[in-house]
This record gives sequence, C-alpha cells and structure tokens, in this order.
Amino acid sequence: MDYTYYPGCSLTRTASPYDLSTRAVFRALGLGLHELEDWNCCGATMYMSVQETVSFAISARNLALAEPLERDVVAPCSACYLVLLKTNRFLREIPELAAKVNDALSAAGLNYAGNVRVRHPLDVLCNDVGIKAIAQRATRSLAGLKIAEYYGCQIVRPERAFDDVEVPMTMDTLFAALDAENVYFPMKTRCCGGMLMTTVGDVAKKLCRDLLECAKANGADCLVTTCPLCQMNLAAYQDALTRQYGVDLHLPILWFTQLLGLALGLDVKTLGLDRHLEPITDKVLSLAGAVR
Amino acid sequence: MAEMETPGVLPARESELRKAFLEQVDIVPGGERLRRCIQCGTCTGSCPVSYAMDLSPREVIARFRAGDLEGILRSRTIWVCASCYSCTARCPQEIKVTDLLYALKRVAMEKRIRPRRFPVYALSQAFVRSVKLFGRNFEAGLIVEFFLRANPLGMLKMAPLGWKMMRRGRMGFFPERIRGRRDLAKIIKRAEEIERPQEAVPRRKATTEVGYEAIQP
Repeated sequence: MDYTYYPGCSLTRTASPYDLSTRAVFRALGLGLHELEDWNCCGATMYMSVQETVSFAISARNLALAEPLERDVVAPCSACYLVLLKTNRFLREIPELAAKVNDALSAAGLNYAGNVRVRHPLDVLCNDVGIKAIAQRATRSLAGLKIAEYYGCQIVRPERAFDDVEVPMTMDTLFAALDAENVYFPMKTRCCGGMLMTTVGDVAKKLCRDLLECAKANGADCLVTTCPLCQMNLAAYQDALTRQYGVDLHLPILWFTQLLGLALGLDVKTLGLDRHLEPITDKVLSLAGAVR
Repeated sequence: MAEMETPGVLPARESELRKAFLEQVDIVPGGERLRRCIQCGTCTGSCPVSYAMDLSPREVIARFRAGDLEGILRSRTIWVCASCYSCTARCPQEIKVTDLLYALKRVAMEKRIRPRRFPVYALSQAFVRSVKLFGRNFEAGLIVEFFLRANPLGMLKMAPLGWKMMRRGRMGFFPERIRGRRDLAKIIKRAEEIERPQEAVPRRKATTEVGYEAIQP
C-alpha cells in the first residue's frame, strides 16, 4: 500500500528521530511512503489562533497538492494531524468556507474538492496493516519491558477519528501483541502543556512532572508517545524537573515508531535512538540485541 | 468590570468588543452553541491548567453573558489555554470551548488588548512571520525571535538545551524554504482580503442565536 507523507516542520529538525523511525517502520512493513512535494506548514494551533480563514487556506494548500495523488495523507505530528483533519472536515461540511478557501487557493492556481483522507500513522499501521500482521513480522520480543502509553491530546481530541477520546487503546493493544507489559497509566490523554513550555513554563513543567511521576510510580521502563511536542516537553527538561521537584524524573521517552521499529528488528541508529536528549536506559537499548 | 449606565444597555466599548467577538463566533463552525451553556463547570473541572487561570472557562462564559468582554480579554485565561480540547470533548452541551477561547484570542489581538508582560502573543507573532517568510515553521529562529521579544535573559537559560539539540542533529541554523512560497504568499494575501472585507461581515446568526444581543445606547 502507498501513502502520501506529510512530515510537518517539527519532524524535519527537532523531532528528526520520529521522522527517521516512521520512514523506517513503513519501509520494514513494505508500505510506500511518498513525501508530499513542496508541502508547507500546516498552520498549527498557533496560526489557527491568529486568523482562522487564513489558516484554513494555508492548511488547504497541502490538501490541494495531495488530492491529485489519490493516496491517504499520513501526518505523524499530532498538531499537523489535527489541523489537517479539521480543515478537511470543515471544508467538506461548510460550503461557504470551502468557497472562500478555494477562492484563496485559486490565487496560486490550486483547488481542493475535498477528497483527501488524513490519517495518523498509528491508525494506518494498526488498522490498514493490522496488529496481528505486525506481530507476525516482529523479529524481537518486547517481553519484560514495561510501557506507559501516552496519547496526549490532539490525536484523540476533539475529532474522535480512530480511537476513544478518554481511554484510547490502539497503542496498548499494539504493544501488548508485541509482548510488552502495559503499566497502569490513567494519565494517557492528559495534556503535556504543549507550547506553554515556552510561554508559561511553570504551568507546563507541573503537567510534565505529573505525567513522568505517574508513569514512573507505576513502574514504567519507558513512556511511548505519538507527538513531537509531547516528546520534547517530557524529555528535554528531565534534569531541571528532577532538581526542581526533588524526585528522580528521568525516563526514556520514545516515539511509538521507535519502539515498534525495535520489535521489527531495526537498529538504534536507523530509529534515531542515538539522538535523544534524555538518557535512554540499557533496558531499552538491550532490546536491540534480544532476538525472538 | 464594564460600567453600566442604564440597566440593560451596554457601554459603547463593550458593544464594540461584543460585535467583534460575535463576528469571530460566526466563523467557528458550531460556535453558536455557546448559548446552550448550563454553567455546569465540566469545562473547568476537565481543564488541566484552570488552576493557573484568573477566570475559569466556565466563568468566561458567565462573564460574556454578564456583558464583561473586556474583563475576559484582559484575563490570562485565553492565553493560558494549552489547546488540549478536554473541555470541548466533555462538554455535555457540545460547546466548542477551545475554539471559543481562540475566537477571544483573535479579538484580543485585533483590539490590542492583552495582559501586561504576557508572552504568548509574541510567540504567535513570531510564528506567523516565519510561515509567511519561509512557508514552514523555522523552529530555531522562532524560539530566538520569541526570546528577543519577550524575555532576552531567558535565552541564556535555553542555551544549554540548544547546544545539546544541535549536537544531536535536531536543530538547524537555516530555515527550510518551500519553492512555492510566492504561491503561498498569494494565497495568504487573498485569504486576508476575504477574511477582512471592506465592510463589516453581516452577522448571520451569532447575535440572534447566541441570544445576548448588544443593545446600542
């Protein structure tokens, strides 16, 4: 199967391991992932908050470029995924908005008829390929590894696209099928603070402390996430949080594609595990040697 | 708190803000559901950052009804929202609370009302500029511009993290530019013209459907 890939700005730099591991996992599973030519910023929630019509038009340029390719668009970043999904739905449901946006797109000779499907890689992998088929392809067992699956906000809210809003289970089911142990993690859809880490740091730090503390208290060896910003917030400030709150808050924060890649037999470098800001423990790294 | 000279009649400033807000509500699909609020407080209870707000999300709606938009726009609340959509997902009346906070943010920016020394606005501006210039979000440049505008000393604290990211190949010195940035600029220009027509957009539904019409003095 073939997909159009929309990496989004974060994956080109700050979340490069997510980009590397997404491409590697798709390749390992025999899926085609073709980067959308000359894609632009999705608009993100920041742009959404400044000028709504403009942000829909910016977002829609990507959908217009993707439409003639007739493939589903795969967006790993939670913010890109939500913005593209939202734009897509609004343009389909509100003809007046679609007319305005197409008017704006026509300034660059583009048009969007509303035929693209926007997907998250977690959805594509677990529902198109299937968890059973993935488990059959796995060459390494994740047995003995305790995981806290963290979905964050925007892949489940507010669009309810492929999993439950309050208690999503896709990742839990996937990693259980790969022999991992899922720890009790009731904060799986609690916010990490998002952009507040830059603007109102104290508020975001407390949210991250709560998440890390909860995962650690329940015995997790690592936390697995689906979003570039969640990973950054949870990983980059572990030293500072540990100092500030006086509890050890160090924990490997992996993108789900990295852990899946380990199960599929891929190596540390291919998955970008050597590019992390937080220490990746031997328990995680030793997986790269444990053959099923 | 806006001062009320005659009962039931809003001061001119409040009417002006109200008009701007209702226009924004109009472009939020489903925005008019605001009128359904039963003040149950599920939004506030679900919000992971309401403890850091001066007005809770529920109070924002109550203040809007009471005719104090200016008080809302001056609050930290609209800027503290992290866009996690918990309130929206749980509202029993299906009110798009997050999107309404965005609508309020747009009005605050348009009317240049913001809490003193509150930096979210600076970040929004830096982000918009980056997208207009390059077509993509140049994260390193965005952070530098943000700190220069909002908190130059804060940059020193960020330096070790920046260095660490650079060493691990996760930070670029130069922005990635898209080839179609002139096309994108044309699209943005056209969209801006559409968004802000010469004459005010006739309010299709909000004033009547929200049910709290601004009465001109």
